[in-house]
Order: sequence, then C-alpha cells, then structure tokens
Amino acid sequence: MTEWFNDLKAQFILNFINEGRWKYLLNGLGITLEITFFALLLGISIGVVIAIIRSSYDNTVETMDSGLGHTILKLLNAISKVYLTVIRGTPVVVQLLIMYYIIFATSNNKIFVAVLAFGINSGAYVAEIVRSGIMSIDKGQMEAGRSLGFNYVQAMAFIIIPQAIKNVLPALANEFITLLKETSVSGYIALQDLTKGGYIIIGRTYSAFMPLIAVALIYLILVMFFTWLVGKLERRLRSNDH
Amino acid sequence: MTTENSSLNPRGKDVLIEVKGLQKHFKNSTVKALDGVDTTIKRGDVVVVIGPSGSGKSTFLRCLNLLEVPSGGHIWFEGKDITDKKNDINKMRQKMGMVFQSFNLFPHKSVKENIMMAPVKLGVMKKDEATERTKQLLDRVGLPDKIDAYPGNLSGGQKQRVAIVRALAMNPDVMLFDEPTSALDPEMIGEVLDVMKKLAREGMTMVVVTHEMGFAKEVGTRVIFMDSGKILEENTPQEFFGNPQNERLRSFLSKVL
Ligand SMILES: Nc1ncnc2c1ncn2[C@@H]1O[C@H](COP(=O)(O)OP(=O)(O)OP(=O)(O)O)[C@@H](O)[C@H]1O
Ligand SMILES: [Mg+2]
Repeated sequence: MTEWFNDLKAQFILNFINEGRWKYLLNGLGITLEITFFALLLGISIGVVIAIIRSSYDNTVETMDSGLGHTILKLLNAISKVYLTVIRGTPVVVQLLIMYYIIFATSNNKIFVAVLAFGINSGAYVAEIVRSGIMSIDKGQMEAGRSLGFNYVQAMAFIIIPQAIKNVLPALANEFITLLKETSVSGYIALQDLTKGGYIIIGRTYSAFMPLIAVALIYLILVMFFTWLVGKLERRLRSNDH
Repeated sequence: MTTENSSLNPRGKDVLIEVKGLQKHFKNSTVKALDGVDTTIKRGDVVVVIGPSGSGKSTFLRCLNLLEVPSGGHIWFEGKDITDKKNDINKMRQKMGMVFQSFNLFPHKSVKENIMMAPVKLGVMKKDEATERTKQLLDRVGLPDKIDAYPGNLSGGQKQRVAIVRALAMNPDVMLFDEPTSALDPEMIGEVLDVMKKLAREGMTMVVVTHEMGFAKEVGTRVIFMDSGKILEENTPQEFFGNPQNERLRSFLSKVL
C-alpha cells in the first residue's frame, strides 16, 4: 500500500514538479481559455448575423416584392447557406489546417489563426441555434415593435434577439462547451494549448498516465464550472419573467 | 403628385386618415380579405368596426399602419400616402399607436421598460421626461404600483392597460385597437373598456375593432359594419343600431344583441 503511494508520489513529482513542468499545463490552460473566449465572441457575432439573415429571408420570401432589398437579402441568404454547408460538412481540424497552411500561410500569429478558425466554425452552429430561437418568438413581438415605430433592425436588436438568445441559452452553453473541448486540436498547428502541454510533458518524462489524467481533469473541471455558471445565469434570467 | 394631397381633402386639416379603394389579397388565399374599402377618419373620431369573423376587420386595421401591405388602393395619414415607399413608414407609425388582442408586451422587459423603450430609443423623449410620462400614464390607468413588475406577473386586464400606455407613451395622433378585450376573462373586460372610454372622452382619435356593442353606443362617433372585405354600412351609433339599413347588418345585429 505505501509502496503504491510512494510510486504515485514519485510520478507526480516527476511529471509536474521537476523542472517546473506544471507550467506546461498552466500556460496551456491560458492559451486554451484565450482561444475559446475570443472564438466564442467571434462565433456569436457571426452566428447572430447569419441567423438574422436566414430568418429575415424566411419571413419575407413570400410577402416581399422584388426590389433591391430583396435581391440583396437573397444573395446574403445564399452566401450564408454555402457557409453553413461547408463549415458543418468538414472537420474542424481540417478547417484549422487550411486556415494555417493555406489562407494565413504567411502569418505566424497562431493564436489569431486558431481564434479565426474556431470562431468561424462555431459561428455556423451558433447561427442555427439562434435561428431556432428567433423562430420561436411569437410574431406579435415584432409587430408590436414595428407598430411603435422601430425599424426592422431595431426591433430585432431590442426585442427579438434578446428573447431568442435567452430561449436558446442552454443550447448555446452546450456549443460553448463543445468549442472549449474542440480547441484541443490546436496542437496540429503547434499551438501549446492545454492538451499539447500534457503531450509535451509526456515527451519529457516518458510516462503518459499522470499528464493525460491531469489534462482530462482540468477540462472536466472547466466544463463543470461553466455548466454551473450558465445554470445560475439562466435561473436569474428566468426569474425576470413568468 | 398624390403624396402631399391635403388639398384633395375638402375638410382640410380635420382629416387624419383617408382610405381609398383599399384592397388586400393574401397570396395563399383565394378570397379577397379587403375588396375596395373607402372611409375617412377625422381628428377626434372614435370609429368602431364590427362584423362577422373573417370579414376583414383586422386586415383593414393592420393596413392602416402598414403591418399588412395593401394590394391596391391608397391610405393617406396626415396628408401623406403611407403606401408610397418614399414616405418613411417608421416615422408615421410613431404617430399611430396599436393595441393587440394578445397584448404583445415584451416579456423580457419590465413595465417601465416596455413603456419607455420606444420614446427613449427613438429619440422622441429624454429619459427623465419619459420616466415622468410613464408614471403619469400608469397613474391614469390605475397601475402606478406595477411600474417595476414584469408582464408575466400581471393579469390580462393589467397587461392590456400597460399595452395601451405603451402605445400612448409615443403621443400618437391615432390609436388602433384590434379586439382589445377578446382575450380577457369577463371580469377584466370592464377595466380595459373604462380606460378606452376615458381616452375617447379626452378626444383621442380611435379606430376600434370590437364585439363590445356597449362601447360603440357609449363613446363611438361612428360605427362601421364590414362583411366579405367591404364596408356595408357606416353611420352614427344611434342610426346604426336604431335604424340599420343593410340586410346582413340587421341579421348580424339580431344575433349579437
Ligand atoms: N396572414 C394571412 N394569410 C392568409 N389569409 C389571411 C391572413 N390573414 C387574414 N387572412 C384572411 O383574410 C380574411 C379576413 O381576415 P381578418 O383577420 O381580417 O378577419 P376579421 O374580420 O378580423 O376576423 P376575426 O373576427 O375572426 O378576427 C379571412 O378570410 C382570413 O382567412
Ligand atoms: Mg380579427
């Protein structure tokens, strides 16, 4: 029993304490959070815009008569559809590699490339979530807003989108958690994120158990923490109505 | 030029809304929802619109502020053709309040925010001014203590009174009501009608689609009977109810009175 414990302790010291190897995990965690945070912002921005384009098109396709506005909307809707199809139809790792080796081959700002790749990827999923949220809002809400004198964009921004986001918050939280975990492929473009940090330690100590379990635990704790946070936020929002 | 045509109206400034040959044909429907509606609404008028289900009452009302886009005809509001795309419909809607059957309050906003949002964000009033007006209006409808409540915590009658205040906060020149009491429990109809009657007596121009004949008789200046997308009779309440001419109106009244 004590032998087993001593062995564990030695492993721990070897993998995390010696040469300050814990720093690989800490720095990696920082990079993971940084990429996730900015990719999330980008993803939500792209997602909301695409969702508004798609649902505006769906709402007006039958009633709006042909004019410049309709032609532009039609074009934007077509572009959005291509974006959604391509992004959701290809693996995120491949998108990341294309972004790094082809589109930004001359840039060596890896974090920027990763944020862009993950943000653009996440935006496609956020778009469909937010669109379902917009569709779930009673059409009387838009009418009430317009009847007060708001234009379409104002009514969307002040009345529809806040309610839509609130309705799909759990789904958005899931997307955020997926995004956090998906950034673990950042190592493909030699970014030292959390996963890569664990991998580097293995390369130094030739023992896989401790670093991998530690990496897994850190992801798990993060996910549990964010799940709890979102639950709290949701309860606070819910207490405002009904 | 047909857009600035106050000269076209013999009664000049008194005319608030002029409707000529209004048509509405929904794309997915075979019948005409509106089939040539003409009427004039003057400042201070309280026009009550009645008629059987599907006769086009809501469509008519919703055309007045362009929530439905007419298929034909014209509507002039304060001398400007609202069907003319050159005129800014958002600006004109600021002067036309609308109250819906299903209230349509914004559930994510408090009563105060529901009321202040449009005047403040549209730059019609400063925030303090809007707050002051919100308090005043809530007082007038008997809901001063609900200023910080959320719509979800109000009864139907309270919701509709807040909805009326929300529309009034923009200082509209006309108020459009589409069956404002139809979604209410019977015991709450009175409180909403009282607010509307008060408004009518204060001189607000109103167009009201309703089944409440008592309201029409008490404060209406004119009653319109619609059927199959047409106005079949239009008269003062006394004549309209006391001496109905149209056959279908007579049979309709015999059923509802
Ligand atoms: N969005 C729509 N699409 C297709 N047809 C519609 C639409 N709205 C109304 N209609 C049709 O237009 C006609 C007039 O409807 P409208 O709602 O104006 O009647 P109403 O007099 O308000 O009836 P109610 O008393 O039931 O409210 C009806 O035949 C209705 O089916
Ligand atoms: Mg109706």
